[in-house]
Amino acid sequence: MSRRVALEASHAAAEAAKMADVDVISAYPITPQTHIPERLAEMVADGELSAAYIPVESEHSAMSACLGAAAVGARTFTATAGQGLELMHEVVYVASSMRYPVVMTVCNRALSAPLSVWGDHSDAMAVRDIGWIQVFCQNNQEAFDLTLWAFRVGEDPEVLLPVMVHLDGFTLSHVIEPVILPEQSEVDSFLPRFQYPFALNPDKPMTHGAFGPPEIYSETKLAQEVAFRNSKGIIVQGWKEFGDIFGRYYHPVEEYETENAETLLLTMGSFTETAKIVIDERRDKGEAIGLVSLRLWRPFPFEEFRQAVKGAKILIVFDRCISFGMGGPVFSEVRSALYDEEPRPRVVGIIGGLGGRDMSEEDFEYVINRGKEIAEKGSEKMIETVGIR
Amino acid sequence: MVDKLTWRDMEVGNIVKEAGSASFRKTGDWRTERPILDKEKCIKCALCWIYCPDAAIKPSEDGYYEADLYYCKGCGICASICPVGAISMTEEEEK
Amino acid sequence: METKAVRFGKKLVTTREFLAEGHNFCTGCGEALAIRLAMKALGENVVMAMATGCDEVCTTPLPYTSWRVPWLHTLFENTAAEISGVEAGLKILVKKGRMPERDIIFVAMGGDGATSDIGVQALSGAFERGHDFIYICLDNEAYMNTGIQRSSATPYGASTTTAPAGKFSIGQITRKKNMVAIAAAHGIPYVATACPSYRFDLMKKVKKGAELKGPAYVHILSPCPTGWRYSSNLTIEMGQLAVQTGIFPLYEIENGRYRLNADPPELKTVGEYLKLQGRYRHLTDEQIGSIQEMVNEDYAKLKEKVAAFPM
Repeated sequence: MSRRVALEASHAAAEAAKMADVDVISAYPITPQTHIPERLAEMVADGELSAAYIPVESEHSAMSACLGAAAVGARTFTATAGQGLELMHEVVYVASSMRYPVVMTVCNRALSAPLSVWGDHSDAMAVRDIGWIQVFCQNNQEAFDLTLWAFRVGEDPEVLLPVMVHLDGFTLSHVIEPVILPEQSEVDSFLPRFQYPFALNPDKPMTHGAFGPPEIYSETKLAQEVAFRNSKGIIVQGWKEFGDIFGRYYHPVEEYETENAETLLLTMGSFTETAKIVIDERRDKGEAIGLVSLRLWRPFPFEEFRQAVKGAKILIVFDRCISFGMGGPVFSEVRSALYDEEPRPRVVGIIGGLGGRDMSEEDFEYVINRGKEIAEKGSEKMIETVGIR
Repeated sequence: MVDKLTWRDMEVGNIVKEAGSASFRKTGDWRTERPILDKEKCIKCALCWIYCPDAAIKPSEDGYYEADLYYCKGCGICASICPVGAISMTEEEEK
Repeated sequence: METKAVRFGKKLVTTREFLAEGHNFCTGCGEALAIRLAMKALGENVVMAMATGCDEVCTTPLPYTSWRVPWLHTLFENTAAEISGVEAGLKILVKKGRMPERDIIFVAMGGDGATSDIGVQALSGAFERGHDFIYICLDNEAYMNTGIQRSSATPYGASTTTAPAGKFSIGQITRKKNMVAIAAAHGIPYVATACPSYRFDLMKKVKKGAELKGPAYVHILSPCPTGWRYSSNLTIEMGQLAVQTGIFPLYEIENGRYRLNADPPELKTVGEYLKLQGRYRHLTDEQIGSIQEMVNEDYAKLKEKVAAFPM
């Protein structure tokens, strides 16, 4: 019998790792992710979960130990946030290029300096290029569901790629919401055992991690990109299988009230739910407005996204990060993705919600109104922001 | 040979499946000197075999230990450590 | 018929080469020899993790490999963390019944830079957590693979490219970091120094460290003709002199108790060793005298430890 429990997103993610019967957990605590390694440590200490818990001495070592564990065929999980993700930056590239299916939860946190433990998307945006499959959660149910799904997809023999599940620091990680936990038998029918085809073993000695001279490096990268793009098929199939078993269906792009929408708001992560309230209110008043959210961030869902915004005249992109000297990162990517479309909406970007600053309904009202204004008249400002004095 | 490979030939994760596959490399081409063994003097102590960094000295049929010229880089360690001076280094000829 | 082993008195050494011939190590490389010997001691039931460095670069140019054992390389400073994951991963898979139980030795190897500089954090963490592995440091006393840059293992007075001897400098102005003491300070069961010139001592120590439970650290001096600037045929002699002058004593620390493996009644003077190497050619007799004093001091301290905590 599936049951409905009150859980923080952190605990929901930990619960998913447990139900996935993860083999190795190698994690270093960092606010606001700490409840994940703490909960998992408890589970292991109490025998609820049979796993090797490696209390590493830094995030760089956390991800490095994950690589070692994956290389021998163990199901591997870790979690981090902000500075921790930055510290393991070189290692995450290695996870994807060596095709190790590690699953990692990132409780999105602002980057120093100044030091901030609070939420925004700057840590996520700093790792756009690393070659991991990346998804964004809007709520705690998704934190559970997408973590479970991540193992299914990353470990698929056609994929063999690491997966990053982003969830907003504090706003989700530390807030309790009702989460439906499935039966273990349902999880077992969804998630097969991890069978890594190239596990290091004295019976068949292989070399992992040879270096790439110029005569061959480019070919390895092209091969990696092709495999990465091709993972889309299993990503979508994984979501279909998930829906068929658990009853909740996920898609690369979420479309909310987009029918006949002339204006669309694009948000990522938990603020999407706040934004939806404003969308509802404005629609009730007769405005042709809707919302899209990228659940799948990498590989970028070009097809679904272009389809979702077809017909809109204005697309207002809300970013929770400044890419210094360039502007909102999601805004830049989305504009680029739509460049060749004919017709295409006028794309404008507004930045807010940095370092734990909340976004209220009023703030989203502002974003929509100001966004429409910019779309019509252009902007004189160097950078458009909301809620920044 | 490597420049005939295309991206399709890349293994998943660039894993090298064949153990010791680099052993086709003829490091003997590096040599400027080569070891010559005087079997009269040799006491078959095998010190040259164990001290060769390239594993280029091999046990031979008759119990001696001789340099495999395919691999021997001509470092001269064997000549230097031979306790009875049975190995001498001689210049490689120009080809 | 192919010889399976070579006999040295009572000892049998396998003819199997786990590091394949045809590798790219320099002519006369002490590190290559150290690895070759260590692997004969370790055998085939290993999973090995290796740091970026000479050991990795000379053996694994895609799409080929010189390794005949399961081998992993990811980055420069994380070898101890990666072997921790390998060890924990294989052990839990056995515990959960996914894999049959078997004897596997977990080995990590790295150069002096990878070990005592950039990788010291990961190594400390792995020691503290008590993973069951042997870490072998291949110490050629500088970042040799990238062109002889200084490391914390470079000895006082040696010239390297980033701490070169010059009008205002003796070269390395700091003394060699004592990684052996650092390893021992973690309270791990076994720590030892070794040198390929002392082939059976090296193999015995590697085997011992590999077979016991918990972390082991073996620090191997690897003479480097290219970086130390001596004629490639002198690698074995160079290692012998390092030991015979007391510059690199051979000893073991087992659960905090010391054993000095070679204690010559009279040490050779350091000049006999230093004068053979181009990296020391700038040294005056006075400077060599200072080095002699430092070596005497360190050797005396070691002997005190041996006397105070004998095995």
